[in-house]
Amino acid sequence: MNSIAIQTEGLSRSFGSLVAVDRLSLQVPSGSIFGFLGPNGSGKTTTIRLLLGLLAPTSGYARVLGYDIRTAADAIRQSSGALLEHNGLYQRLSAENNLDFYAEVWRMPVDERKARIKELLTHLDLWDRRAEIVGRWSRGMQQKLAVARALLHHPSLVFMDEPTAGLDPLAAAALHTDLAALAAREGVTIFMTTHNLAEAEKLCQQVAVIRKGRLLATGLLDELRLQAGGPRLEILGSSFSDQALAALKSRPEVLDLSLQDNRLLINLGQSAETAPLVSLLVNNGVQVDEVRKGKANLEEVFISLMDEDAEVER
Amino acid sequence: MIRDILTIIKKELREILLQSSGLRGGRLGLLFFIAVFGVFLPLQSGRDWLNSPVNLFIWGWVPFLLVSSVVADSFAGERERHTLETLLASRLSDRAILAGKILAALGYGWGITLVSLLTALITINVAYGRGELLLFPWKIGAAIILISLLVATLAAGLGVLISLRAATVRQAQQTFSLAFFVLFIPLFLLPILPEAWRLRLTQSLAQVDVESIVLGVMAALLVVDLALFALASARFQRTRLILEE
Repeated sequence: MNSIAIQTEGLSRSFGSLVAVDRLSLQVPSGSIFGFLGPNGSGKTTTIRLLLGLLAPTSGYARVLGYDIRTAADAIRQSSGALLEHNGLYQRLSAENNLDFYAEVWRMPVDERKARIKELLTHLDLWDRRAEIVGRWSRGMQQKLAVARALLHHPSLVFMDEPTAGLDPLAAAALHTDLAALAAREGVTIFMTTHNLAEAEKLCQQVAVIRKGRLLATGLLDELRLQAGGPRLEILGSSFSDQALAALKSRPEVLDLSLQDNRLLINLGQSAETAPLVSLLVNNGVQVDEVRKGKANLEEVFISLMDEDAEVER
Repeated sequence: MIRDILTIIKKELREILLQSSGLRGGRLGLLFFIAVFGVFLPLQSGRDWLNSPVNLFIWGWVPFLLVSSVVADSFAGERERHTLETLLASRLSDRAILAGKILAALGYGWGITLVSLLTALITINVAYGRGELLLFPWKIGAAIILISLLVATLAAGLGVLISLRAATVRQAQQTFSLAFFVLFIPLFLLPILPEAWRLRLTQSLAQVDVESIVLGVMAALLVVDLALFALASARFQRTRLILEE
């Protein structure tokens, strides 16, 4: 099996003067959940359409599962599943009929089809409601059914365009759990667009960040966090004197610090020790209530990338 | 390819039969049509129902009505309900999707027409047969079957072609009605033609026998049907459909 599920090189798509995807170059490893992050209108959906061969690129090149998107789009769609911007379910049909139709589309033999539908619906807790008309279901249930449809034919790659958009937090959390479990069990590559950074942080091993069609960063989550800053220390307490802060600043492992009310935020260099810094503060009369050590989260990475790009644009 | 077309037809027919919009498609609509054209009208006309050339107009009209009640939904409905992009992202080929949609509408319209025709025959035989088997004269029977098929194909082809580009089902229905009106403009123009022209036209038609007229109409319908298929095939482009979604 190819270790790279998706590879793009300078992939671009314009609509008139609007460049929706601009020289996008990325690699998605097989078997991973890959998060494609960006604000609304950044080109995420267009990228999925390009990768599925539904739109032709203006320039550039992409291979999906080893197939060229320009010449072998049918083969890509044959081996992929998709949960697009809208769930695509037939509202007048029952859940079982919806899955049955797509199982027939993918030419699954009758016995296999029945077993697979039962397996997925049972896993997603929908089996008892399979005969109900989908139009009467909640959005969360419909979205779960659409996930089942995308995975029905054992695709090696699944595209998901904002799979939890519009779901309440409980339904979204449940869908995250289902998605992670299904992805691990089925061993599929999932290419997921989202602007929900907590979702990406929870589900994805690798991410790419896009703005106005341009790729701003791509890599493992930890690599991106490092780009936005190394480890950090957050200290909650009182009596933060100038003397204490000056002593802290003089330490080589402290890159910078900021104090807001009773919250001191310290950006540290790599492999910095926490204990000597805390005792330094205590020795300088600071009352320390709580110490938290962590890294920049994805939201901070994302915002910093957006800000930097906007700055470059200006 | 044939298997894919059958898959689409099966899904389309299932959706049509589950429609809950009264007489437009749906089971109630079917029963209404079969009751009117298979029972009520034959009972009103008696044995003459089988021999009258007016039959050709009626059985040409029935499939048009049936197909037009469902065909606008074929692509515009999928677009409106946001199911089109997922369908286009599947492994199905363009031809299978297009042919499946056209054949589903055609099969629905022509199929119900044949059922109504059969019901009409049964009604006439039960009501007026008196132990004798009453049938259409073979030429009229064959013409009814062929003309209803060609008209159903015309409606399905035209409807799918319009539905391909319409944003909503309502828009597709409106455009379809307009196209239908345009097709009949020559009939509306007849009364306002100059007297001399009308006379010449009547004399020309009088010289042609009914069989030739029917054959001519069938040939014209066949040509239009093939042209509509070719046009729909040329206009079915995944990229355009996606961008209009």
